[in-house]
Amino acid sequence: MQDFVQHLINGISLGSIYALIALGYTMVYGILQLINFAHADVYMVGAFAAYYVARFFGIDSSPGISTLILLLIVSMVSCSVLGLLIERFAYRPLRNSPRLNILITAIGVSFFLEYLGQIVFGPDPKVFPDVLVDANLFSWGQVQLRSFDVAIFCVVMITMLALNFLIYRTKVGKAMRAVSSNQQVAALMGVNVDRIIAVTFVIGSSLAGVGSVLVGMKYPKIDPLMGLLIGLKAFVAAVLGGIGNLMGAILGGIIMGLSEEMVVGYWASTYRDALAFGILILILIFRPAGLLGKSQIEKV
Amino acid sequence: MKPEPKTLFKKSLIVPIISVFLVIAFALFIDLSVNAYIQLLFIYICVNAIMGLGLNLVNGLTGQFSIGHAGFMAVGAYLSAYVSTKISFFAAPFEMFNFPIYAISGGLLAATAGLVVGLPSLRLRGDYLAIVTLGFGEIIRVVLLNVDAIGGARGFYGIPGFQDLVVSIGGTPIVVHAFFLGFVHALLWLLVTFLVIWRLVRSTHGRAFKSVREDEIAAEAMGINTTKVKVRAFVLSSFFAGVAGSIFAHFANYLNPSTFSFIKSVDAIIIVVLGGMGSLTGSLIAAVVITLLPEILRPLQEITGVDLRMVIYALLLIVLMIVRPKGIMGSKELPDLWRGDAKTT
Repeated sequence: MQDFVQHLINGISLGSIYALIALGYTMVYGILQLINFAHADVYMVGAFAAYYVARFFGIDSSPGISTLILLLIVSMVSCSVLGLLIERFAYRPLRNSPRLNILITAIGVSFFLEYLGQIVFGPDPKVFPDVLVDANLFSWGQVQLRSFDVAIFCVVMITMLALNFLIYRTKVGKAMRAVSSNQQVAALMGVNVDRIIAVTFVIGSSLAGVGSVLVGMKYPKIDPLMGLLIGLKAFVAAVLGGIGNLMGAILGGIIMGLSEEMVVGYWASTYRDALAFGILILILIFRPAGLLGKSQIEKV
Repeated sequence: MKPEPKTLFKKSLIVPIISVFLVIAFALFIDLSVNAYIQLLFIYICVNAIMGLGLNLVNGLTGQFSIGHAGFMAVGAYLSAYVSTKISFFAAPFEMFNFPIYAISGGLLAATAGLVVGLPSLRLRGDYLAIVTLGFGEIIRVVLLNVDAIGGARGFYGIPGFQDLVVSIGGTPIVVHAFFLGFVHALLWLLVTFLVIWRLVRSTHGRAFKSVREDEIAAEAMGINTTKVKVRAFVLSSFFAGVAGSIFAHFANYLNPSTFSFIKSVDAIIIVVLGGMGSLTGSLIAAVVITLLPEILRPLQEITGVDLRMVIYALLLIVLMIVRPKGIMGSKELPDLWRGDAKTT
């Protein structure tokens, strides 16, 4: 029982990180119908930006709330700028080309970041700065509620609430929903589509930035290819919840994190990476629209 | 109707026989004229060309997108290598005839893997195949690392490959080089791949592939079972990737899971995109370019001290898509260029 509760805590904390990254995939997919392969690498760049800034200010061994907030802001800003640049220079010129071309460009951007990262940052793993003191806040037998898990949960919750407010309560959010439901009509109603798409990229990328700091805090080893696997899992989470659906991404992320923790806890850790693939195949067979997605009738 | 006049050969056999002779002559020429390094480059051109042609069937002609083809190549390479260390069908002087069997078995297992991967993901419209194949390529590597019978992380050693053959004609021993034997096989497989896909594209099946690429809904309305068509193209493509893997395995003599990393898949994608999606001769040209490019860039790498190859590939991919999405050949074939009325496929 205690084991189970511990796995539950770990699973939720891992899952909420997946959810953050999955949100980036699902937002871009919802608005452009594009799998943004570069998203996972934006996340990687965010982690490295936080790493270098922490080293520059000499705060890589002074953990605390202020460090956490500073690093979050740094990586959110650098990810947003990168996302904006990618959108402007790689995707926007192809707005009217066949979808396959944009997909290939997305893959190209992803490679570019990964391998440029290996040259600029070096291929060896680096140790992420200490962001918070890893303290045990609460014990119940062997179950430990650690400060990392609480911090991750709090940050994710705040981010989600902010995102929810942005999308359902502001004008920009309304415009985003309009563009995602029909681009042409939204443009006719006076929505600046290009700008809304850019805003979507900025928001999605900054969520990846938040995720990168949280992952770096919990698993403090960063390297230029770190985005590949977590990106794949987050994408599966987005598909699981129903791609294009925000609540679905969160639900999918939590399910992915929990099931991964359970597989590691009760079965074998070698299968943890195969799990995402298995889940993806199962969804594609049984419920291609995802848990919360509605299967749409295709109109000609 | 008059019976056809009896000739020594059927007319339809003339072209294949001539091409086999040409292949042998070309292989002999390469064998005797250039050094081992350039010979190996020729083999890699063959391997890459087979990969590219196979992938073109999926990415170029059927309009789907696979980005984990190295996984299928790995399946073919490992199986053919494993079989070749266990079973030998032909005894000593004729052992080179074993290779087609190994290649076909490798190809068939890769095709089976293709069926397993393709069937769930190709039922749907959209880019699911891309993400599933991406995952598959990674999973295969994890599996290969963990299976001990095929070497695991140590890699697979001791693949017999091709051996020098000594024939004595009238008392004088003549050495037939291993490279020559292998290169003939590689070229013949390249020829087979090219001709199969070339003829396929111009058949009813090929038209079905292209109709799915152009408009899936319209294709379905015309009575085409789009899922079946897509799966068919994907399975055939995986088969050829497996064959390419077998050729690679029998020349490298050593396999390592990291050989079949993501970079190998990217090589194949670049070949298809650079050559022109849907153009087979374009893929051949691009295979030559992409195999030789790293060798040409090698001095640059020695000056800068870093491997810029993948960065250049990635930039090439992005710039190509923005500036010239058609690639070198577009959807034209080489003969179309000097035939005035360019008929696009």
